[in-house]
Amino acid sequence: MTDAQVVLDRVTRVPGVRGALVASAGDGLVVAEQLMDGVDGRAAAALAGSLVGRLVRTADGAGRQPPAFVQLRAERGSILAAPCPNDLVLIAVVGPDANIGLARLEMLDAASRLA
Amino acid sequence: MSDDIRALTTRLAEEPTSLAFLELAEALRRRGQLEAASKVARGGLGRYPGLADAHDLMARILSDQGDLAGAFDAWADALRLDPMRTGALKGIAFLYFRAGDAVAAIDHLQRAAEADPDDESIAQALARVRRESRAMAHRTTPAPAPAPAPAAEPVVVAQPAPVTVVEPASPFTELDGGHSLVLVDANGLRLAGSLPAPDGGETGDRVAAQLAGVSREATRATRLLGLGTWQTITVESPDAHFVLVRPTGETVLLAAREPSLPMARIALVAERAARAAKIWLERVQ
Repeated sequence: MTDAQVVLDRVTRVPGVRGALVASAGDGLVVAEQLMDGVDGRAAAALAGSLVGRLVRTADGAGRQPPAFVQLRAERGSILAAPCPNDLVLIAVVGPDANIGLARLEMLDAASRLA
Repeated sequence: MSDDIRALTTRLAEEPTSLAFLELAEALRRRGQLEAASKVARGGLGRYPGLADAHDLMARILSDQGDLAGAFDAWADALRLDPMRTGALKGIAFLYFRAGDAVAAIDHLQRAAEADPDDESIAQALARVRRESRAMAHRTTPAPAPAPAPAAEPVVVAQPAPVTVVEPASPFTELDGGHSLVLVDANGLRLAGSLPAPDGGETGDRVAAQLAGVSREATRATRLLGLGTWQTITVESPDAHFVLVRPTGETVLLAAREPSLPMARIALVAERAARAAKIWLERVQ
């Protein structure tokens, strides 16, 4: 099992997580994924990767350090993202009842493991 | 010592890692033994920092002790761990009402009602806050606050709702904590607000430019993944936290704060600023 698969396994064990993937931040290509049926991994990677890139530039524009964690909250769930130092981004799609606090901790830990 | 407290104390002594601290601290709080309740709750919170119930309990105790800022933070922590926690939503609504912000109080009670439509106490509190806020608009004498559902003991008197005078030049002038807020249009132009960098320079325009189209991008992402309309974007950096909300379909508001402030509290700041921005936009357009 690769490092990426190990961290995805941990993240997807969190209650309410529908899937997680590791993607290249630059081009949004999926490196590894562990998703429930119905979750479009390529769309999640491309869109979340682009959004995270924009937020990295926003933080830079504000004279601040790059984000360590991003949550896009919507009516029926959230997209969570933890940028990794080596141009990767760890992304999770979660339902409305997910334990986001636990998912955040797992993702921050996982992102450091992928560094 | 009553029998139930004695039994819970014994249980906790036998199993220090159990969740019995929740019942024991609540029982002590209800008896007015707030110091003892606080000690038990803090002990449990130390063992279970990720447990929303523990933060909710701590908030009720702090509220009873009169530490309303501490109670706010504890309820905000509970909401961060469990965004649909009705006790915390009701608690924060109560604190907002006490502070004279009926709009924010109603907003939180509505969220609590959505989370638990069968809880009649929420509907009653909502009706009472609406009634009181209407009445306060027509009088200047203080009115009784709605009973806070999670902590019913303190008898509090609400201050009259402040009359908000929105200056056309900025929607955030009258806001408590109305700094480091930027309102951006869909084309990345700054409509109002400012965002100082750590070195003191102004970054509002640079940030606004980067945020052009962020709302469209977020909308596309959440819809394609079947998550519905986006509501907030929270960004944690080592030296700053940001919350993005959209006051209207065409605008985005960014609130920035130091990372020591809990994210849920920054979200509350952003929500209030978004309401002020919406009113301001209606006036200037």
